[in-house]
Amino acid sequence: MLSTKIIRRLVFFGALFSWIGLSVIDVVILFTTKNALAVNIENFFSRAFLDSFIIFLFIYYHFQVQRYASSNFIDLLWRVFITGLLAIFVSIGLSYFLSIFEGHSFAVNPFVLNIQYHINIGVICALLISSYHVFKRLILYQKTISLLRLWNVFEYTLLASVLLNFWDLEFTEPFSLSVFFFLTVMSIILSVNMKWVAYLNFNQKLKSILLLTLSGVYLYYFINLVLVRVNLEASITLLQSNVTIIALFTFVSVYVVFSILVLLFNLPTSSVFEQKLGDVLRFKDLSQTFHSEQKDEFVFDVLLNSSMSAVLADAGWLEITEKGKELLLHYEISGSDIAAIKTNIDTSKDKKSSIFRRRKIYSLNKGAYKSVLVCPINIQGVAAGDLVLLKEVKDGFNKDMLEIIETFTAQAVISIENARLMEEAITTERYKEELKIAQKVSESLLPDRLIEHESYEITSFSQAADEVGGDYYDTFRIDDENIALVIADVSGKGTSAAFNMSQVKGVFHSLVPFGLDPIDFIVRANETLGRILEKNNFVTLSYFIVNTQEKSVRFVRAGHCPTLYYSKEEDRTFYFKNKGLGLGVIRKKEYLPFVQEIECVYQSGDIMVVYTDGITEATNPEGDEFGYDRLQHCLTRFKDLSALDIQDAIIREVYHFCDTNPLKDDYTMMVIKFK
Amino acid sequence: MLEISTKKQEGIYHIIITGEVDASSSIELDKQISMALDKGENKLLINCTGLSYISSAGLGVFMSYVEPMEAEDLKMVIYGLSPKVYNTFEILGLHQVLTIKQTEEEAKGYLNEV
Repeated sequence: MLSTKIIRRLVFFGALFSWIGLSVIDVVILFTTKNALAVNIENFFSRAFLDSFIIFLFIYYHFQVQRYASSNFIDLLWRVFITGLLAIFVSIGLSYFLSIFEGHSFAVNPFVLNIQYHINIGVICALLISSYHVFKRLILYQKTISLLRLWNVFEYTLLASVLLNFWDLEFTEPFSLSVFFFLTVMSIILSVNMKWVAYLNFNQKLKSILLLTLSGVYLYYFINLVLVRVNLEASITLLQSNVTIIALFTFVSVYVVFSILVLLFNLPTSSVFEQKLGDVLRFKDLSQTFHSEQKDEFVFDVLLNSSMSAVLADAGWLEITEKGKELLLHYEISGSDIAAIKTNIDTSKDKKSSIFRRRKIYSLNKGAYKSVLVCPINIQGVAAGDLVLLKEVKDGFNKDMLEIIETFTAQAVISIENARLMEEAITTERYKEELKIAQKVSESLLPDRLIEHESYEITSFSQAADEVGGDYYDTFRIDDENIALVIADVSGKGTSAAFNMSQVKGVFHSLVPFGLDPIDFIVRANETLGRILEKNNFVTLSYFIVNTQEKSVRFVRAGHCPTLYYSKEEDRTFYFKNKGLGLGVIRKKEYLPFVQEIECVYQSGDIMVVYTDGITEATNPEGDEFGYDRLQHCLTRFKDLSALDIQDAIIREVYHFCDTNPLKDDYTMMVIKFK
Repeated sequence: MLEISTKKQEGIYHIIITGEVDASSSIELDKQISMALDKGENKLLINCTGLSYISSAGLGVFMSYVEPMEAEDLKMVIYGLSPKVYNTFEILGLHQVLTIKQTEEEAKGYLNEV
C-alpha cells in the first residue's frame, strides 16, 4: 500500500500535469485556429484535462483537509481565508503585471491573456475545492447516518457532473440545468447543518464571521472575474459552461452566506452556551477535588463558588454542622446579613419552621436579596447543612438552576464521601498491619521450648481464636530438683487479653526464681495482678512445682480449669478438685483462705494434662460443649501413647468434635507424662 | 444473644438475664448493674434462670462488684444457675465470694435477712 503522503504527492503532480496539459492544449488550439492551420486538435483533450485537473485537486484537498483533523473550526476557516488570499494575490498580481504593458500589443496578445486566464482557472478551482472540503468537515460535524447519506449523494453527483463537461454538454442544456438545479437544492439542504456554530464562544463567532465575510468577498471577485468578465476570444475552456465549477461556486456561496447569518443570529446566545460549558467544567472541578486529598472545606468552597457562578448568584453561603463541628463559608454577604435572611425566610409566607434542610426557591419582599435558593447537603444520608444562593432580582432562580445546584451538591458530597471511605480503608489497613505485629509479639511471649528432664516427657500446644490470644504457659527450672510449670488464661479475649497476658508473664518470671511454695506464689501473684488489672479483668492460673528428686508435684489452682490426671497405679483418670479462686477477683481481702495447695507423688506412667477452658468449652454446631467428661474419656483412651501423641490425639478429637464450628476461644494444652 | 430486663419488687431490684453473656454483651450486663447501684438500690437479685452461657468477660462483671458492694454494705444474690453455668462459677472460685442461691425464695430470704 502506498502511504497517504505519497498518494497526496502523486495526486498533486497529477493536478499540476493536468493543468499544464490543459493550458498547452488550449494554446495550441488557439494557435491553430488563429493561423487557420489544418491541424485538427479536438477540444476533447482540453475538456479531459480540465476534468482530470478537477478530480485530482478534489482528491488532493481531500487528503490535505484530513491532515488538519485535529484543528478547530477557526483554524479551518482560517485555511479557507489564506487559500483565498493567495488565490486573489496571484490573480490580482497577474492583472497588475499585465496592466504594466497597457497599450502594448503584449497586453492584448490572446496567448498571454489565455495563459492568465488558465492561471485564474487553477487558483479558482483550488480555492473552491479546498473550501468545499473544509465546509464538508463543518457540515458533517456530529453527523448522523441520514446526513452522511445525503452528503454522499451530493458529493457523488457533484463528481459525476464532470462528465457533463467531458461529453461537452453546455450548461444551458436542459439536462445540465437539471443536474445543476439538483445540486443547488442539495447545497441549500446541507447548508442547514451548522452544529459547529454552537460550540464557538462569542469571540470565536466574531472571528468566524470576519473570516467568512472575507472569503465571501473573494468569491464575489472570482465570480466576476471568471463567470462574468471573460474575454471570450482568448478562451477555449470556459468555466461558466462547466456545471461542476458553477455548482461548487453555488455550494460554497450558499454555505458562506448561511454560516454568516447563523453566526450573526447566534451571537446573542453565545453567553448561554458558554455558561453551560462553564457548568460542565466546574462539575469536573468538583469531581477532581477528590484526587487531590483536599479537606472537606476545600470541596465545599469549590461547591459554593461553582454554584454561585453557575446560576450567576449575587451572594451565597454554605453551612455545615457535622460531628459537633460547624463550617460556614460565605461570599459577598456578612454573617449578620445571613441571620437577617434566615429570619426573613422564617417569617415569610412560607411559614413552616424547618425551612432549611429542604430544596426550595423562595421569594423575599424585604431586604437586598429578593430571590433565595436553598439546597440541602446530605452526607452519608444525614442532613449536614445547606447551600443557600441569593439574587437581588425577584424570581431570579428557576427549577433548572435548582437541579444544577443539586447535581453539584451531590457531586461534592460524593467527593467527600469517597475521600472519607478512602481514609477509613487506609486506617483499616494500618490496623491490620498493627495487628500482624501484635500477633508476632503475642506469639513470641510463649516459650520456644519447654524445660525438659529425663523424668518426664512434656509437650504443649496453643492456638489463639483471634490474631492475638490471652493464654499463657511456661516452664522454669528453679534448681536441680525443682521445675516450675504454669498455665494461665486471661479473662476476655483478643487484644486486651493479650496485653494482660504479657503482664502475667512478667509476674511469673519475677516471682518464679524465688522458689516460693506454690501457695505463696499465687498469693503474691494475686497481690500484684490485683493492683495492675482493670476491675473487670482476672486471670486463672495453675502453678506446679515438679520435684524430680522426690517424684512429687505440688500445685495450686487459682480458679483455673481443674488438672486432669491419670494414675498408673490405680489405672484411672480424674480431676483434682482443689479449692481455688481466680487472680484479681479478691483484691483487698486476704486471698489465702480461698486457695488450697495439693501435693501428690507421681509414678512412672502417670499423666498430667493441663489446659485452658477453650478446650472444654469448644462447641460443636449443635451447641454442645466438649466438656470435662469427653476430655477425661480421651485421656483414658490415649493413656498408653507418648505425651506428644496424647496431645495430638486430644486436639484431633476436639477439632473433630467442633466440626465446622470456628474457634470461639483461645485454647492451650500441656501434657506431661512421667517416666 | 443477651436480653436483660429489670424490675423492682418489695424493695428488691431484680435483674433478669436471659441468653448468653459473651465479651460484647458483658458490657450491657455491667451497665445494668452499675445503673441499679447508681439509683441507690441496695438489694440486687440476679435471676439467671435463663442464662445459658457465660464467658470469662461475663464472670469478670460479677467479680468486679464483689468487693465494692461488700464495702458499701450492699447485697447482691445470684440464683437459678444451670449446673453447667454454676460449674464455670465454681471453677473460677466465684461461689466462694458471691452469694449464689438455687431458688428465688432462698435468694429473697438472703436479701431480707437483717
